[in-house]
Amino acid sequence: MTKATTASPINWHKPKISPFLGLILGILILLVCLVFSVTLGAAEIPINKILASFIIFDGSYEHLVIQTVRLPRSLIALLVGSALAVAGALMQGLTRNPLADPGILGIESGAALAVVATTFVFGSSSLNVLTLVAFLGAGVTAMLVYLIGSLGKGGATPLNLTIAGAAITALISSVMTAMLIVSQRTLEEIRFWLAGSLAGRDINILLSALPFVVIGLVVAFALGRQITTMSLGEDVAKGLGQQTGWVKITTAISVVLLAGSSVSLAGPVGFIGLIVPHIVRFFIKADYCWILPYSAVLGATLLLIADIAARVLLKPQEIPVGVMTALVGAPFFVYLAKSKVRK
Amino acid sequence: MKLDWLVFRSETISLRIDRRVPPMLLCLAVAVVVAMVMNLGQGEYPISPLDIVKTVLGIDTGNPDHAFVIDNLRLPRTLVAVMVGMALGVAGTIFQGITRNPLADPSIIGINAGAGLAAVAIIVLLPTAPIYALPLSAFGGALLMAGLIYSLAWNNGSSPVLFILMGVGLSAIASAFTSLMITFGNIYSVSDALVWLAGSVYGRTWEQVFSFLPWLIVFVPMALILARHLNALNLGDDVAKGLGTRVEWQRGLLVLVGVALAGAAVATAGMIGFVGLIAPHIGRQLVGTNHQGLIPISTLLGGMLVVIADFLGRTMFAPIEIPCGIVTAAVGAPYFLYLLIRNRKK
Repeated sequence: MTKATTASPINWHKPKISPFLGLILGILILLVCLVFSVTLGAAEIPINKILASFIIFDGSYEHLVIQTVRLPRSLIALLVGSALAVAGALMQGLTRNPLADPGILGIESGAALAVVATTFVFGSSSLNVLTLVAFLGAGVTAMLVYLIGSLGKGGATPLNLTIAGAAITALISSVMTAMLIVSQRTLEEIRFWLAGSLAGRDINILLSALPFVVIGLVVAFALGRQITTMSLGEDVAKGLGQQTGWVKITTAISVVLLAGSSVSLAGPVGFIGLIVPHIVRFFIKADYCWILPYSAVLGATLLLIADIAARVLLKPQEIPVGVMTALVGAPFFVYLAKSKVRK
Repeated sequence: MKLDWLVFRSETISLRIDRRVPPMLLCLAVAVVVAMVMNLGQGEYPISPLDIVKTVLGIDTGNPDHAFVIDNLRLPRTLVAVMVGMALGVAGTIFQGITRNPLADPSIIGINAGAGLAAVAIIVLLPTAPIYALPLSAFGGALLMAGLIYSLAWNNGSSPVLFILMGVGLSAIASAFTSLMITFGNIYSVSDALVWLAGSVYGRTWEQVFSFLPWLIVFVPMALILARHLNALNLGDDVAKGLGTRVEWQRGLLVLVGVALAGAAVATAGMIGFVGLIAPHIGRQLVGTNHQGLIPISTLLGGMLVVIADFLGRTMFAPIEIPCGIVTAAVGAPYFLYLLIRNRKK
């Protein structure tokens, strides 16, 4: 038994293989996907050229493509995937809601509205501004949906939260539509981003969001034990002496940082935060000290695969990656709703 | 015995309604007419109420412009608004009854998203398609969506909670595809599609009035006839079965009526949200929960709401016109919040 599992308050679901080794394996798979993601595309670039571009950058066309287009894009996919998956895992653990996901609960659409509104009012803005605005949108919407959801009969049940999220999304999308109707300029600037896409993102946008994602992830990983306790129910957590208020606030901050920065990087990409934690819990039952890092790795892998598929399937046309994740995610949602929600 | 109920019985129809219903119906009918006259009079070319009534009744007002503006431009538009609102009001009542959830609404449970996707696909992919293809495809989309939701919500019988959750999940996939169309379409057709998506009765003509009318004439009476089954279903499946309702059959039939009305409404005027949520609620406050009285009341309430929303959208920021779907969303979302709070106290 590894050290981390002993440290966890729960040890009745012992993983079959050491979770540490599993994580290493996951990271290896992720690296393989990363290499594929950089290799595949309109022009296929062999792996030795990729390596060469790092060792002896010669300014050739292929090296330029790798350094300025492919690699930033792949890294953004990696970052967005892990951010969304960890945000989803945090939300599912904290609220014990199997359907929690930054997309379903409207948080992504809140961030999107904030970005659209800023573009609508000020025209194009700097990346830093858009990132901050996305956080603001994500934060306000998260609070709103949780507040509204907990006002319903029986508190913040999966059904209440889902309905609250759907209602807020309906409101947000009609406000967004209004802005796009009035200003065709905004529409042209924003429409590609709105479908959830990783195309044409450069290294600067990556760097502007990187610190926030890292902080969000570090806070999330640090919260592992608290989330594990919270996932037993708030009463149990209180009984075990946990300051549930603080845990909730810190978790919310982390979720907002992760979801907000992923929207500012790639637009609203749905379902990653919903699917990944469930797959992870298939291997690791209850210990969020491991569920969270696993989610980060698996989320990054999944989004990389989705992005590769989005680029390759209809070559030379490109499908927005948000459409790919919705295609895979919606059936999964159906399965979850049928099997996990008590009627 | 004091009569709280009015009962009508014949060989085929049995109708039992609250005493409050007939006077309330009368009041609402008057309110709808007033709202319509108000809407007809407003605009770049204001017309006095008296002249409106005269023109509509075919009496010459001595000003040929009146006849043109009203008969060709404003009257069909206002009629479409009323009819769409009526359809949405009934559809909302039906869906809330079936799901036993007071927060269900065609726009929240995904019926509208299916219709929207189908229509946007037509606008963006086949810009040359004839005008009648749009409502047909929107209706097809709504029907397909409802069929999917209904079959996926089947879990040893259809489950009301799953019905809502499936709707939310499927509407996420529908809106992902709608974004796909918006991303890749020609920018001008995309602009058209957006106006339509927002829900608007702008520029609707007699053609739309007459193609929508049959849906109302067939399905609203059908909803009225099925209302007593809705009452039974509302007590829960077990009780309904005990009362002799063939639960799945009746529910399926009601879903069909609801989808037909919601689909036709979306087809005619785009995505006007929250009307199906608000109308039944106000209706229940006015006349109670018996669906035989509630359905006609929410029909009129829905019609009134959309006409007022159109009126506000046209006048608030004139000369810029806000699509009425955005007005209903702006009013509907806070109302939704209020409902959640009130619901908790029960």
